Amino acid sequence: MELTGAEAVIRSLEHEGVEVVFGHPGGAILPAYDPLLASPIRHYLARHEQGAGHMAEGYAQATGRVGVVIATSGPGGTNLVTALADAHMDSIPIVAITGQVPTGAVGGDAFQEADITGITMPVTKHNEMVDDPARIPTAVAEAFHIAATGRPGPVLLDLPKDVLNARCAFAPPGKLSLPGYKPTVRGHGRMVREAAREILAAKRPVIYAGGGVIKAGAHAELLALAERADLPVVTTLMARGAFPDSHPHSLGMPGMHGHWTAITALQRADLLIALGARFDDRVTGGLDSFAPHARVIHVDIDPAEIGKNREPQVPIVGDCRVVTGQILDALRDLLAEEGARLPDRSDWWAKLERWRRDHPLLVEQLADGPLKPQTVIRAIGEHLDGEGIVVTGVGQHQMWASQHIRYEKPRSWINSGGLGTMGFCVPAAIGAKVGRPDVPVVGIDGDGSFQMTLQELATARTEGVPVVYCVINNGTLGMVRQWQELFYGGRYSSVDLGYDVPDLVKLADAYGCVGYRCERPEDVESTLDKALAVGEAPVIVDFRVAQDEKVFPMVPAGGSNDHIIESMAQWNAETAAAALLVGRGSGGDGEPGGAGLPTHLKEGNVV
Amino acid sequence: MARHTLAVLVENRPGVLARVSGLFSRRGFNIHSLAVGPTEVDDVSRMTIVVDAADQPLEQVTKQLNKLIHVLKIVELPAEASCERELQLIKVGADGVARRQVLDIAEVFRAHVVDLDVDAVTLEVTGSPDKLAAMVRLLAPYGIRELVRSGMIGIGRGSKSITEGRALRLERSA
Repeated sequence: MELTGAEAVIRSLEHEGVEVVFGHPGGAILPAYDPLLASPIRHYLARHEQGAGHMAEGYAQATGRVGVVIATSGPGGTNLVTALADAHMDSIPIVAITGQVPTGAVGGDAFQEADITGITMPVTKHNEMVDDPARIPTAVAEAFHIAATGRPGPVLLDLPKDVLNARCAFAPPGKLSLPGYKPTVRGHGRMVREAAREILAAKRPVIYAGGGVIKAGAHAELLALAERADLPVVTTLMARGAFPDSHPHSLGMPGMHGHWTAITALQRADLLIALGARFDDRVTGGLDSFAPHARVIHVDIDPAEIGKNREPQVPIVGDCRVVTGQILDALRDLLAEEGARLPDRSDWWAKLERWRRDHPLLVEQLADGPLKPQTVIRAIGEHLDGEGIVVTGVGQHQMWASQHIRYEKPRSWINSGGLGTMGFCVPAAIGAKVGRPDVPVVGIDGDGSFQMTLQELATARTEGVPVVYCVINNGTLGMVRQWQELFYGGRYSSVDLGYDVPDLVKLADAYGCVGYRCERPEDVESTLDKALAVGEAPVIVDFRVAQDEKVFPMVPAGGSNDHIIESMAQWNAETAAAALLVGRGSGGDGEPGGAGLPTHLKEGNVV
Repeated sequence: MARHTLAVLVENRPGVLARVSGLFSRRGFNIHSLAVGPTEVDDVSRMTIVVDAADQPLEQVTKQLNKLIHVLKIVELPAEASCERELQLIKVGADGVARRQVLDIAEVFRAHVVDLDVDAVTLEVTGSPDKLAAMVRLLAPYGIRELVRSGMIGIGRGSKSITEGRALRLERSA
């Protein structure tokens, strides 16, 4: 059978079981858009390639399948770079297909030419310019295999226009030959048994669950391990939902803006069982002071993550689900031996319970006071009640949404963790809803983040994707403002957005969406009732909230996780005390870096 | 920081050199020298990369390198258990009396004359970096007009081969 390269691309996507693609056409990729018309694959037309890329990510995160994005050459490809980098950092399996100028023109600065394989080399798991139409079926099959297996990630295929137009005999791909790519799936038997022994010996163990648990579908094994071995669990920003927050063993989220108990449990632990986590700086704070008493079992499918930031005593390379199952089996074997039993950890649990009781996340919402962002976010969580999917942008709202909502299921929480991509929410929520039309998808976004990609509201409207966007509108770039207040003496620089531009209700109207505005605490419930009942069209709710709310708890960047700031009052007291010590007036003398602050509160050369 | 020599076997694909060298610069390593060429296995090329790095960061960059799809195998070549050679071509001013002296030096270093002109001689020499440097030092007074080095290549001593093993049998199905 003879097909054009373009037809071979679409046929190969069908062969991979692709049902939807996100994209934006243009000159060099035009040949691929023609056979799409005759294909069962549904194409969602984004308004910007970055949006299409985040949609593919949202789809992948919501479904566990590979997301696909199509763009043209030159600016089409360069606009994809942010989404690819985001997927690379968060290990999201997507395949990007870009058009390219004809092979004869490559390297000649042709119209809309960009060296996209060169540009995306550092932000993709793999990429390739396919210069032979006969290779297309194999190249597509390899791309999907590489994207979805091992540590997942983005793969880009660049297709010159003449390759798309050339006719060639089409043969489905045979057995793939990737001699340099063989992810280790099963953990090393001796290391697994060692891990089981460590768990049995530990007095103060904690499971440190990362995004790999969700990627590997290891949530059931994680639950079984936590229950069988009596282990408390913290779930990182990328792992929210991997372990049910309502479970008594759940301690919540660790890290810079994590739950007090989760942060402190890691600090006091004598054993960390890191599953699919990468000891990111947002979790560890200063590495030297992170979990100083803990031995470490580190399970990860990516050998390069093991020992990168923290040297483990028990390194295990393998798939999180498989290895967690192996550890569980080894543990059962050990416990079956005569006289073997779990150590008494009642002291540890008593401590954890006390911390939980003494350090709850509080929101003091006055009925007649200004509406607090946390109030809105809590209400959203209560409305969803563990069902549906929450997708966020990046900033304060993201942290509050991870702190104040209970996540019960994997893939119910989608955000941009590693790259911290403002603008992620609007398109990623569209992708999530396309992948899971059966559940409500709520986008929680900030007014700054929202404006980076709001053109995709047109995609949501015209393609019929009813996402409910709750914009936490505080009229400012809240997280930047928070850092300027704490570390730059309250000198606010370029953070004022204003509450009124754009008018989000009019914007909703302009985009054919339903718009609501909510400004008072007593209206939150009824507004959410209305918004979640719309169903057909996308909804934008303009929640106008107080500007001065901060994200607490907070461990200043690079600081020790032993020192957690829980409130503005605590911050003020500590900065005042420190200022007295160094013989200055009250804190916040306006010097960048926060001169006058205690050293652990200073923002030095850390991000 | 110590000097390390890595032998890297790669699939011979477009862009593989850029992927490997880009990874080193991205992770903050300076490549001291890099030599690449074919091997006894079809479609497999071998790079010899010399870098200055502390042990821990080197392990990290090696692991990152291993993640590149077209990288097949990485072996560190310890200086004491491998043969390391570099090729140097050197064009030296040499007329009259000087020519004889230059050729004497060449003989001591077992260099070959590959080109001769009325006032210059071009020598080819192989050896360890130390040997090449010593020769350059001795020839310097005569005026070095041009010098080029291939970058180091290395191979392990003994009967073992790093290209043995299943990983390298490239089966091309398509």
